[in-house]
Amino acid sequence: MSSNVLPTGRPVKTTGLHSGEIAPGVAKVDPIIVADNITRTFGGLHAVDVAHLEIPRGAITALIGPNGAGKTTLFNLLTGFDKPNTGTWTFDGKSISGMSAFKVARLGQIRTFQLTKALGLLTVLDNMKLGAKGQRGEGLFSSLFPALWRKQDQELEARAQELLVKFKLDAKSADYAASLSGGQRKLLEMARALMSDPTLVMLDEPMAGVNPALTQSLLDHILDLKKEGMTVLFVEHDMAMVSHIADWVIVMAEGKIVAEGPPEIVMKNPAVIDAYLGAHLDVDLGVVTGRVNEKGEQL
Amino acid sequence: MDWGQILSNTAAYLISPETIAYALAALGLALHFGYTGLLNFGQAGFMAIGAYGYAISILSFGAPWWVGILVGIVGSVIFAFILGIPTLRLRADYLAIVTIAAAEIVRLLFTTQAFDEYTNSADGLGNYHAGFRAANPIPEGTYGFGPWVYNETQWWVRIFGILLVVVAALIVWALMRSPWGRVIKGIREDEDAVRALGKNVFAYKMQSLVIGGVFGALGGVVLALPSAVVPSVYVTSLTFFLYTILLLGGAATVFGPIVGSVIFWVIMAFLSNALPQMVNAGLLPFMTTTQSQVLRFILVGVALMLIVIFRPQGIFGNKKELTFVK
Repeated sequence: MSSNVLPTGRPVKTTGLHSGEIAPGVAKVDPIIVADNITRTFGGLHAVDVAHLEIPRGAITALIGPNGAGKTTLFNLLTGFDKPNTGTWTFDGKSISGMSAFKVARLGQIRTFQLTKALGLLTVLDNMKLGAKGQRGEGLFSSLFPALWRKQDQELEARAQELLVKFKLDAKSADYAASLSGGQRKLLEMARALMSDPTLVMLDEPMAGVNPALTQSLLDHILDLKKEGMTVLFVEHDMAMVSHIADWVIVMAEGKIVAEGPPEIVMKNPAVIDAYLGAHLDVDLGVVTGRVNEKGEQL
Repeated sequence: MDWGQILSNTAAYLISPETIAYALAALGLALHFGYTGLLNFGQAGFMAIGAYGYAISILSFGAPWWVGILVGIVGSVIFAFILGIPTLRLRADYLAIVTIAAAEIVRLLFTTQAFDEYTNSADGLGNYHAGFRAANPIPEGTYGFGPWVYNETQWWVRIFGILLVVVAALIVWALMRSPWGRVIKGIREDEDAVRALGKNVFAYKMQSLVIGGVFGALGGVVLALPSAVVPSVYVTSLTFFLYTILLLGGAATVFGPIVGSVIFWVIMAFLSNALPQMVNAGLLPFMTTTQSQVLRFILVGVALMLIVIFRPQGIFGNKKELTFVK
């Protein structure tokens, strides 16, 4: 376990995010994402079946659940990388159901990937600059005239270098991203996402495959995002990290949201303990989601 | 063996219209495959459209020569859209399958009897040169030295072609140092990552397909300028020669396709001159002169394999890239 590297000082948690009794799908005081009736099936498998979900603004929300719970599928649906069978959702009050991924990203909802997508044969600096929005030189015709974009490009470069210093990648800025270690690629992907000044950062397993020393710095960066006013939604398996940095935890199992709430409360929820923490490894997940009873009979 | 003749015939291919045409088409392919990662196996189709667009506009519709070139360009843009709209949303390998089939469809449409009135079907097209030659600013006469002695028409074709290559290379260079080129190279590495950063990946891929296709069409025009449009040239193996050229020079480079084309044609010319003479001189007792012409293509195939295995970044490719080839 990497919990031994967690600092002694606890990060400041944001509280008072929900209104009404805590239950799956509870309303939030200030939601940034509101989703309704989202379903996605792969053949006969109901990968995602979410009746109602709200993500609180300005907080760090963790999405947890066992493998195959539908977390990444939900991520893909919310970011336009996959199309749901049913469902509507809004981001910042605007309906973005069915919107293509690049338009979603332009609205300020930026995601990273479970399998890190550093652009290998681009330099670290080019990776960073690619992240910025509204670049004049990205038009086919304007690109032929450097006078139109050189100044903006230099400003972007300065900003990219600043972020690289913060993420301790500045020494690598001229190297191909392919030469970075796995953990450094995760850092680069996060830093690149920040180049676009997002309002919501969605991180799909930011800690996966990262060594404990880097984990600490990644955690600090996630906490920094909140300090700078961004909303964070992340998928994670390591419960110690989730309870350390998350203000709100949403638990999925078999495509459904089975519990949510502040981490200290969710961790005590028997449904979560059953579904995720493995207290009753022998219990069928269907019991938690209400698909089968404890004897394994369909309900 | 007459080494003087072999070397002279070989040297002529340094600036032959074929060399220039293949360099142009390979530059287009560099944009498609080397920079954008689009596995276009239909570059021969773009070249055919350029060549036929040029010849048909002049022969059937009496258009001036430069309008013929414009028609070839417009035709290749339309072809790029027809190819791209259904396939660019799919994975790269599907594009490869679709482009190889589409280029064959194009070739068969040009060779079918149905449009004989315009395409002259399998016999191809010729005698459309008057306009282009009338525009020749070079006074009549023969110029040059050594193996490069040509009349004014032959020089005009070569100079015009080289100008097109220079312009195309400048465009590729200017695009690739710009933020547009950064997005394009990002798409080559991982298009989902680029999409997640708010770039319209489909539009960028389409732009790349169109520009590279236009270069292919111009290559077809240059190939048609000196003599005739021969339908049997625009077969799938033409595309594979272009890939050989591209990989030889370096897929993601500006000079690679140009130098690759020169090397390719010089070696081809050397082999086609030297091999039959070697057979006649008894140096290759196990084959006939006809067989030795086929041996050229076997050697090209072997060369392509050796390049891909031992120097996948090509002559001009960045050595660092080799370390990270997937």
